[in-house]
Amino acid sequence: MRRSSRVTDHKMGSAGFLEQVEADSGEKVRICYQCGKCSAGCPVAYSMDLLPNQLMRLVQLGLKDEVLSCSTIWLCASCETCATRCPREIGIARVMDALRHMARREHYPVQVREVPLFVSTFISNLKRFGRLWEAGFVGVFNLRTGHLTKDMGKAPGMLRKGKLALLPPRIKGMDKIRKMIKRVEEVNRQ
Amino acid sequence: MKLAFYPGCTLESTAREYLDSTIAVAKAIGIELEEIPDWICCGSTPAHMADELLSISLPAYNLQLARRMDTEGVTVACASCYSRLRAANHAVTTDPEKRAKVGKVLGGDYEGDVPVSHLLEPVGEIIKQPGFESRLKQKLSGLKVASYYGCLLVRPPEITGFDDAEDPRSMDRVVEAVGAEPVDWRFKVECCGAALAFTRPEIVEKLSGQILEDARDSGADIVLVACPLCHSNLDLRQCDIEKFLGVDLEIPVLYFTQLLGLALGISCKELGLHKHTINPVPILRKRGITVKGC
Repeated sequence: MRRSSRVTDHKMGSAGFLEQVEADSGEKVRICYQCGKCSAGCPVAYSMDLLPNQLMRLVQLGLKDEVLSCSTIWLCASCETCATRCPREIGIARVMDALRHMARREHYPVQVREVPLFVSTFISNLKRFGRLWEAGFVGVFNLRTGHLTKDMGKAPGMLRKGKLALLPPRIKGMDKIRKMIKRVEEVNRQ
Repeated sequence: MKLAFYPGCTLESTAREYLDSTIAVAKAIGIELEEIPDWICCGSTPAHMADELLSISLPAYNLQLARRMDTEGVTVACASCYSRLRAANHAVTTDPEKRAKVGKVLGGDYEGDVPVSHLLEPVGEIIKQPGFESRLKQKLSGLKVASYYGCLLVRPPEITGFDDAEDPRSMDRVVEAVGAEPVDWRFKVECCGAALAFTRPEIVEKLSGQILEDARDSGADIVLVACPLCHSNLDLRQCDIEKFLGVDLEIPVLYFTQLLGLALGISCKELGLHKHTINPVPILRKRGITVKGC
């Protein structure tokens, strides 16, 4: 694990990065005083290359490339323990969301490639059916990640117990719902 | 008490037993649940990871549907859906710019005024009423229960406002109400790893493994949950967890509605007790609990 090693070279920070993260997340990252409580409580910290408090510091310093290419933003489970305990009341999980959006928008390499695939497969399933069709979702996700047999051993038992729908859900007014979801992109562009 | 009910996607499939037991128990204790017609997915974790406006608009759409119903608000059984619906209300009531954007997406203003509760809250109101005990068909005495709250029911507190974020007791009160014994343990609000089950299963095996091991070490016979995603990680994936840790756990994981249903004399089939990966019936019978029709 290369925890803080990449922070050692003293690069110039990227101008406006901190401000952009603050604007996108609605959180005041600048007031973080590095108490480390977020990292102490983070259940996934052990697997991250940058601890949550280190990530906050790098955002303050404007080290955009280090931040947007780390594994931390993709491993964060959104459990909100950090945000709940932060003595400066920074919504750290919201900062993570804003960083993920920025990393995708600006095509940064993704260290945990399954996560954006999980997100996009889920969203396209939802756009198509209005509700998540779990069987279809897992099938497409496994195809896209190449982990074809993942969780397949659980399927027969679940089918037998009536816990896996073979057919997608059907709800009325899907046209209207699809249009509504499409408007999200339009409003975002405005 | 009449409430609009938002089941959420998993209750229609992997958490079928949560839906069945919710409906059976609500009927038995006098909560009238009316499903929101043609509700859509709340977007869950992927929506907020993908796009903030989408993550507010999807729940707001459902809440607008619920607003047209003649009920006292919306109640949700899934902790993740609950959190997303609450987050939408929070966003539109605290940020006028977001409210305006959501209004444009929905084609009509949503004020954020439809109250959202987790099912544990109306159930909690009913079990504390005097005379509730007389409605029980059996007491589940001798059964030791670790109530697991996880993340999204209690965090972040400014959005969910549910119980105490670090030491919630709502589910333990259900345990006490049915005469079972709540155990004191350390992992009640720790994360099970959530959706990392799909992307980094070894993280879920570690985190959920710690939860199950602490429940076992604290003397619990079963773990009680109020979230289908927690259930899936702790029950459906328990065999993977056992392999990962190299230990035998065999700890049944029940929904709080199933525990309540057992005390109310509802049958095994109606409660879906036979649908779990780890069969809870042997330990329940060992503790002298009558399990009908299994």
